[in-house]
Amino acid sequence: MTRPFYKKLFEKIIEGILALSGSITSLAVLLIVIFLFKEGLGLFNRSPIAEGFVLAVNKNNPVSIIDSKTVKLIFDQEITNWESISGKKDTIILFRLEDINLYYTETQIGSNLENLPTCISRLTDSIPNIIAFIPQSYTKENFKGKVILPRNIKVGEFFGGKEWYPTAEPSAQFGVLPLLLGTLWVSLGAILLSLPLGLAVAIYMAEVAKPRVRNIFKPIIELLAGIPSVIYGFFGLVVIVPLIQSLFNLPVGETALAGSIILAIMALPTIITIAEDSIRTTPRSMKEASLALGASRWQTIYRIVLPYSISGITAAAILGIGRAVGETMAVLMVTGNAAVIPHSFLQPVRTIPATIAAELGESSQGGPHYQALFILGCILFILTLIINLTVEYISSRNKLAKR
Amino acid sequence: MISEKRRKIERSKRLSERIAFGVFRVMSLLVVGFLFVILGFIVIKGISVISWDFITKMPEDGMTKGGIYPAIIGTLYLIAGSMLFSFPIGVLSGIYINEYASNGWVVKFIRLMTNNLAGIPSIVFGLFGMSLFVNALGFGDSIIAGSLTLGLMTLPVVIRTTEEALKSVDNSFRHGSYALGASKLQTIRRVTLPIAYPNIITGLILSIGRVSGETAPILFTVAAYFLPKLPHSMFDQVMALPYHLYVLATSGTNIEESRPMAYGTALVLIMIVLFLNLMANALRRYFSKKVKMN
Repeated sequence: MTRPFYKKLFEKIIEGILALSGSITSLAVLLIVIFLFKEGLGLFNRSPIAEGFVLAVNKNNPVSIIDSKTVKLIFDQEITNWESISGKKDTIILFRLEDINLYYTETQIGSNLENLPTCISRLTDSIPNIIAFIPQSYTKENFKGKVILPRNIKVGEFFGGKEWYPTAEPSAQFGVLPLLLGTLWVSLGAILLSLPLGLAVAIYMAEVAKPRVRNIFKPIIELLAGIPSVIYGFFGLVVIVPLIQSLFNLPVGETALAGSIILAIMALPTIITIAEDSIRTTPRSMKEASLALGASRWQTIYRIVLPYSISGITAAAILGIGRAVGETMAVLMVTGNAAVIPHSFLQPVRTIPATIAAELGESSQGGPHYQALFILGCILFILTLIINLTVEYISSRNKLAKR
Repeated sequence: MISEKRRKIERSKRLSERIAFGVFRVMSLLVVGFLFVILGFIVIKGISVISWDFITKMPEDGMTKGGIYPAIIGTLYLIAGSMLFSFPIGVLSGIYINEYASNGWVVKFIRLMTNNLAGIPSIVFGLFGMSLFVNALGFGDSIIAGSLTLGLMTLPVVIRTTEEALKSVDNSFRHGSYALGASKLQTIRRVTLPIAYPNIITGLILSIGRVSGETAPILFTVAAYFLPKLPHSMFDQVMALPYHLYVLATSGTNIEESRPMAYGTALVLIMIVLFLNLMANALRRYFSKKVKMN
């Protein structure tokens, strides 16, 4: 008895739909990569000077190109002489639009600022050591000064930069180092707190506790995993932050420590579940052999069970770090979000996810700030990808070894 | 002499074991205690805020009075929207991985990608959703953009639970069906899926729990800071419970005065999430008992 043709066709079509659905996750990962990089990579082709503005100098000034760091140092008056950036020996005179009143009276500028471009043009012509931060539109016709080109943002500058002032004028600073270190700092703190705790619970549930106790504990730990991160953040904000503030006598309680504590609690379920599963895979025969030789249960655990399941425990720790690195809301709410390189656990820090969450709403779409935040997203994506692949590798090697 | 030494060793052995196990027990109680501390705190602070008005009224006076009705409705819309997307595709995908994909390499690759997708931080989904759904496809900040982002994020949960559910169906059922002349598709539809359904539903409930609590993915794709009206179409913005809690806790117009509202919102949110998790748990237990009895 053969099936009719249309039925076979129908089954083939269904199979095609199923295969298509099966490929959706791969497609999603691919799309995420494409869109993150598409939005972000443009950052390295553009100048860090605020949109629509330029820097102008006197036309006899030999300096013609300048990088964002130097611009910042000049306008912060930390570089005060043209000589230190290979110009003539002369002090730098800063000019911002609001300084115009120092040079011209209001009647000269005109009541509707109609003479402003001419005034600025004259200024840059007459003062040889000036650097002016002015709208681009003023430099179009009859401009007597010289526009200097800011250097594009470089990859090295981005990753090695120690300052994150994405909206600073005249030149935004995109140094990712404080954010990267803040993320690692908070995550490592979290794992240091949660790994011993999680491991103890995993051992207890797998080896020590009676099944009845375990049946109570297990769902509770699953519930801990189900609590939304914003609730953890809220709890941290109203309980842990004030606690830390009064305990250590700090001006503010929003610190790296608060973030680490909250993240530790959040990472616990992941660590416990995976470590327990891995401890449970220890063959019964090995444990029994150890007990038969006169070892106590505790000796068996730390001499036999733990070494045997060490790769699973490593995987648990790494996944815990992964969870902590990517966590956004809770960290955003309790760490205080100061983009400085952390020196202690009792000071505010800012992590990469928190930066994205806090700043994306304020950045203009397609602008350098927006692109920089997408690059942060790429960094986060790559970090978690590495973490996932490492865990995948460890557990696959584990399966091979135990076969 | 020897026996004396031996007794000493035995004693220290027993002592160290007792200390170690005691420490483990205390630590476990501590971890379990975390849940009760967090829950207890929010219940005690929030219970006096909850009232019928709180659940059914719009926020008023800079969110210091009134209720959280639009946020609850918004969250419900997001749950419905994301599940409409991720549940069918996730289940179909799970069926494909477990029943059709015979090539080990393909299965391994798909599983790897699913795991990777599951490991991507929620804020990256938010970035992606904003870039693709809000900007590139032009949906704007809308229910549909938020739902698709959330749906994509929960996809791995649905796929994995479906896969597990199908895997737990004994092969004898399939062989029996084939022996009766049924095709592969008929077997899946009439035999495998009905047995696996309860566990698949568990996955659905778990992912609803996850969707209702996520904040980062909806920040830039749908969530409105303050919007005291209900949406008319899927291209409207909505408020959502987790984002509303975030706003109340950190950036409301008057943080001190809106604290009670924040406690109330937290309590509603945690109740929803806990209820869903407990339900999934109960279902799983109920059906695993039933299967064992058969």
